[in-house]
Amino acid sequence: MFRLLEDDRGRMESTVTIEIDGYPVIARIGETVASALLREGASWSRTTPVSGARRAPYCMMGVCFECLMLVEGEGLVRACQTPVRDGLKVERQMGPRKVGPSC
Amino acid sequence: MFDCVVIGGGVVGSAIAYGLASHLDSVLMIDGRDSEPRAAQANFGLVWYQSKGVGMPAYQRLSRLAVEEWRSFSEEIEETGGIPIEFAGPGGLTFCLGDQELEARQTILSRLAGQMERTEIGMLSRHELERLYPGIRLGKDVTGGAFSALDGHVNPLRLLMALQQGFVNAGGTVHRGRRVDGIEVCGGQFRLHLKRSVVHAARVVIAAGEASRVLAEPLGMTLPFTLQRGQILVTERVGPVLPYPSDRIRQTAGGTIMIGGTKENVGRDTGTTANAAASLAARAIRVFPDLARVSAVRQWSGRRVITPDIAPIYERSSRFPGAYACICHSGVTLAAYHARGLAKRIAGYGSWDDVQKFSARRFDVQAA
Amino acid sequence: MLKPDLLIVGAGPAGMSAAIVAARAGLKVVVVDEQPTPGGQIWRGVEANAGTSRGRALGAQYCSGLATVRAFRECGAVYWPSTRVWQIEPTLGTYVTGPGGTRVITPRLVLIATGAQERPAPLRGWTLAGVMTVGAAQILLKNPGSVPSEAVWIAGCGPLALLYAHQLVRMGGAVAGFLDTRPSTPLRESLRLAGRAVLRSSGELAKGASWYAELRHRAGRYVPGVVDLQALGTDRLEGVRYRTAAGRVEEIRTSLLLIHEGVLPELHTVRSLGCEIQWDAGQAAYRPVLNEWGECSHPDILIAGDAAGIGGAEAAVHRGRLSALRILQRLGKVAAEPGMTEENCRTALARALALRPFLDRVFRPRGEIFAPDDDTIVCRCEELRVRDLRAALAGSVGPNQLKAFTRAGMGPCQGRQCGLTVAALIAAAEGRQMSDVQPFRVRPPLKPVRLCDLAGLADEGLSS
Repeated sequence: MFRLLEDDRGRMESTVTIEIDGYPVIARIGETVASALLREGASWSRTTPVSGARRAPYCMMGVCFECLMLVEGEGLVRACQTPVRDGLKVERQMGPRKVGPSC
Repeated sequence: MFDCVVIGGGVVGSAIAYGLASHLDSVLMIDGRDSEPRAAQANFGLVWYQSKGVGMPAYQRLSRLAVEEWRSFSEEIEETGGIPIEFAGPGGLTFCLGDQELEARQTILSRLAGQMERTEIGMLSRHELERLYPGIRLGKDVTGGAFSALDGHVNPLRLLMALQQGFVNAGGTVHRGRRVDGIEVCGGQFRLHLKRSVVHAARVVIAAGEASRVLAEPLGMTLPFTLQRGQILVTERVGPVLPYPSDRIRQTAGGTIMIGGTKENVGRDTGTTANAAASLAARAIRVFPDLARVSAVRQWSGRRVITPDIAPIYERSSRFPGAYACICHSGVTLAAYHARGLAKRIAGYGSWDDVQKFSARRFDVQAA
Repeated sequence: MLKPDLLIVGAGPAGMSAAIVAARAGLKVVVVDEQPTPGGQIWRGVEANAGTSRGRALGAQYCSGLATVRAFRECGAVYWPSTRVWQIEPTLGTYVTGPGGTRVITPRLVLIATGAQERPAPLRGWTLAGVMTVGAAQILLKNPGSVPSEAVWIAGCGPLALLYAHQLVRMGGAVAGFLDTRPSTPLRESLRLAGRAVLRSSGELAKGASWYAELRHRAGRYVPGVVDLQALGTDRLEGVRYRTAAGRVEEIRTSLLLIHEGVLPELHTVRSLGCEIQWDAGQAAYRPVLNEWGECSHPDILIAGDAAGIGGAEAAVHRGRLSALRILQRLGKVAAEPGMTEENCRTALARALALRPFLDRVFRPRGEIFAPDDDTIVCRCEELRVRDLRAALAGSVGPNQLKAFTRAGMGPCQGRQCGLTVAALIAAAEGRQMSDVQPFRVRPPLKPVRLCDLAGLADEGLSS
């Protein structure tokens, strides 16, 4: 839904690669997971635990809690408040999160 | 002129009013304001008998009766109130951490067993507990637990809503946001003074929680109780992982996990403390370490009404026939009894003899 | 356990300005903020952007924040970025979680400078992926510098929507259309509200007028007087439907809609402490009850910046300084800077606020926001619609019981997106004024916190 400005695209030295649901996503150092996600084709972040509806980042300032994702296995993390770092593993949070011996 | 006025729209008052509506023609329930202390809205939601009535067999039997009635009562109230209340009665547990807690629990169970022939409560080993919770690990400190096949849980907020809706559907009247300033007796009738009106009734039931004492006193009923704060934590929604409720941790139908039960003597303070959150969370993790990374989203507190022996007080005024009072801290468990047995007797059917055991006069005897 | 003289929550214009005055005067000051760098929402990323082409496109007012940020960095206050406050107890015990783990701070005084949040503007379909706030898009403009991939549709009312459109165009983005939801206001009446401020603020007004003119010129379409706005789509946004001032229903196809209906004081922290709030009819928002220093109903808590009532960045700076001066007075210190006097701050604050009544009147939100139709989701977390709340209203005694009965406000956002709408629905149903209705209570934690972080406090022996 979003694209980086032309004049900023060249700065490849300032990028990292994160993983969203197993796919590599190029992100700019200093940006948040949510802002990187919004440049992806599928820019939604989770499905709700109530009806399973898809939600996407909405406020980007930490007050709507729509961009909740699993970050390195941690649930209920606001992607808009999470800075990217190289190799960061992020998953969309699908419905209620799973709890069990594996986590 | 009402056949009966119930003062209090919490889970106790609502259950009694709901029950009365099927016996009497005109019943009025008076509920207070939004800002007043509402223990019914701070409830943990257990339908629980396994720890009730140690040293008081009458209370043990009453709790047992109530949990047994709950099965048919939940169906009844969902139908009459038209609201699903998320009741489940798979049995319930009390977890023991360490040997000391295990021994203490065993002692309680044997005392209860000494008061009743078949309690349906038994101790489970750690191994047996593990089989009950296949989806989650038990902490290393869990030594065992008590299991009661009769116990269960319910959504207490939906129960309150259903009771009130069922009451209205049965022809009951509710006055909301009102306060009773005083009750006069004249010619065998009760005159209730509200802010801008007066209500007349043949009977009056005081079920106003901690506000009950001042209303009951002039009617010749003494209600000894103290207040005890309880704080509860609730988590985000997670997939189903706890198939059984336990005394301090249960998973709701919606997936959230409730962690309860501080017992604090702090008077009227309704605040919440991070200290309580810390100790509640720490114990929950000691029982289920896999919950460590689940997030708490809300914490609240409520004030329990605690009588000297923890059992309810059901009072019938001898000076002013037609005046009743009911206070207790187990309003959810006892709702089935309040709506059925107790309401029936207040309406004038059946003997009051069994109920008499729960008069506050039992404390006078002890003192003498 | 950290025991500073002053804890400041928020490192925006107000929080930083207060910290500078207080720290320079010799107080031990701790500032906690959720963002990784100082500046708040308004000056977000200013250290990185100032002096770049992006900074220039964002404007001089934006870049002016750099001076404050630099002074803040050097003032001697302890600054904890990327840290969230999840509980402040009435005794001021404050619990925070950040890169350093979970910590407790017990300050002598607290200054809350949590700023503003965008006004929740419930409309049908506003939960669809593809609907975002204008504020969110502006945040993306500041960092990492991203713009909508295609010409974008903007709907709403308020200076921020105009500013964003202006900045977007300057940075090479495009506006497909602007659906102006601002109710028409007689200009003369609004200007009278501004009074003599109009003369003093003619530059500001001219700038605003030029944004409007530019918008009408540069946007693919400009539609005034829009009502009945709804977002269409099933799995994600596919289009927008609205009614024009002339009563014509129109539909457009788009995969991104930015909405904005003004801003509100961020009162979550304030309300969790039970501090008194009141309805501000002019701003159509709740604000804390404060004296001229920013002191609230809690004796040891002060509130400054937009959290004290919407006033913008410049007013926030002066409010922050005034609160700091009061704090110095209470703790027996004096300001180190020569010109830092109460009189100077008050004069500057009055100037900064002069145009506010005019802006509030011109950009007063439309009534629909407070009374959405039955199908509209009110509580995004629990997915409750207006009809669910209206049905439960008749059988409840007020906002807190309504919350208990419906679960509105019980999700992770804790009512930040639905609290105001729920209060408005109650007011409408009971024929009461908003000033007569309180929103439901705020419960801790202010932000979700892991059980292990809570339990960690018990390990530290804090639990009795």
